[in-house]
Amino acid sequence: MTDTSLIPSAAPDAPRPLVELRNVTCGYGDRVILEGISLVVPRGQVVAFMGTSGGGKTTILRLIGGQLKPMSGQVMFDGVDIATLDEAGLYAVRRRMGMLFQFGALFTDSTVFENVAFPLREHSDLSESMIRDLVLMKLNAVGLRGARELMPSQVSGGMARRVALARAIALDPDLVMYDEPFAGLDPISMGVAARLIRELNDTLGITSIVVSHDVDETFRIADQIVFIANGHIAARGTPDEMRATKDPLVRQFVDAQPDGPVRFHYPAVPVADDFGLGKAA
Amino acid sequence: MTSVWGRLHEAGSLMNWLSPAALGFAVRLKLADIGAGARLFVRLLGLGGKVFARPRLVSEQVHLLGNLSLSIIAVSGLFVGFVLSLQGYYTLQRYGSAEALGLLVALSLVRELGPVVTALLFAGRAGTSLTAEIGLMKAGEQLAAMEMMAVDPVRRVLGPRFWAGIIAMPLLAAVFSAVGIIGGWLVGVVMIGIDAGSFWSQMQGGTDWLKDVGNGVVKSLVFGVAVTFIALLQGYSCKPTPEGVSRATTRTVVMASLAVLGLDFMLTAMMFSI
Repeated sequence: MTDTSLIPSAAPDAPRPLVELRNVTCGYGDRVILEGISLVVPRGQVVAFMGTSGGGKTTILRLIGGQLKPMSGQVMFDGVDIATLDEAGLYAVRRRMGMLFQFGALFTDSTVFENVAFPLREHSDLSESMIRDLVLMKLNAVGLRGARELMPSQVSGGMARRVALARAIALDPDLVMYDEPFAGLDPISMGVAARLIRELNDTLGITSIVVSHDVDETFRIADQIVFIANGHIAARGTPDEMRATKDPLVRQFVDAQPDGPVRFHYPAVPVADDFGLGKAA
Repeated sequence: MTSVWGRLHEAGSLMNWLSPAALGFAVRLKLADIGAGARLFVRLLGLGGKVFARPRLVSEQVHLLGNLSLSIIAVSGLFVGFVLSLQGYYTLQRYGSAEALGLLVALSLVRELGPVVTALLFAGRAGTSLTAEIGLMKAGEQLAAMEMMAVDPVRRVLGPRFWAGIIAMPLLAAVFSAVGIIGGWLVGVVMIGIDAGSFWSQMQGGTDWLKDVGNGVVKSLVFGVAVTFIALLQGYSCKPTPEGVSRATTRTVVMASLAVLGLDFMLTAMMFSI
């Protein structure tokens, strides 16, 4: 039931994965969020991290982006250990990554056009006409060429997410990371976002990492699924394998069952104690 | 970077607040905050050349911080000039020196009230907007997004604002003093009837460019550095929540005002001793 392509390979002739986590443990302060995680993200694939809230999915994105350093283990991007890089090295690596934040994180004082143009202006000396053409191409790819003059406050949540996606791919990155790209979207916007993730991945030849709770859309577009629970990898494999699995945690998640390995009730004293029923008896 | 007591509270359910360990923890956190603030300050000062390589970013901020503060500065300056002239006349006419009113108004404004009141108003008008803007950018993950686009937010966002604040403050203080002097003239000469020639000539004769105007400019520069840095630090280090941004904004006004008054005393003492 486990897809071997997500397990780090010891074979010397195996192609180097774009992203690899080697026995990574990390957390915030003394609180450990991920413990002993090892996985690879093969080039050209859409790999989805799924699991319960607070399980450490977004933390993996922060590790790959170098915003967080592991307590132990290595986070490799194209063969480079992210934690060993200085600021200049980290920024050089980040130029090869795009990140779509949960709510877009658009610059609220700039137009849609200026938001997408931002990374181009910061990292290139391209002429204004070249920047205009590139920005319009990126906006066209996400279907928002006509919205270039709008301010972020004038676009819907789904459109904001697409503008952020256009910005994320502005520098033609090798890797695009999506943090909850479907959260809070209506079904149409959700379908559009899912289709864009898959199409851009295939058309641009990039690698995508998606953190999501949405089973239907994620299973539809992902090549591989990794379930994270309690800081560990609970299961991994293709969407079909995940649909067929009997793993209780995955079943609870896929079938949206309220109770199971993830308990419905937060740990508490017995009900009888709280309502004084024991005393009455 | 939340407050020391906030983090102590978050981590503190296991510890006795009065224990030496808790005290040591609090001191360590405070020192870490001071260290982070000092590092940011040195970085911002060192960014001068790089920031001015893109002058448009700075000029936009001078417009936002300076031009948009002009109305409150000008109106306040006018009323301070009115009151200064009335109070000055009340005192001076007892000693038959009402003609020295122009000198009194000018010296009070350029040496003291211009830089200090402008800095206090600047903290309330521009400082709070800076803190709220940076704090909301942090809360909306805009700064994190910038970092992920390999753009340093300290260099791109904080640097231009810091240097724009330093440029805007002396200019606003000059406007405040100029409008204040006009206010003093309106009350002293136009309303009360002091001789205009005495008003202006005493002012011209008794005001020293270097000692009076120069010291005022130095003060306003120092206040500009202090107020802008405090506002940026509070925004950059605030908790990225509505409550965190609101607290940071309040802290900006309180800390910047106290810093201005404390620095004013120190600068005045130094300038008197020179």
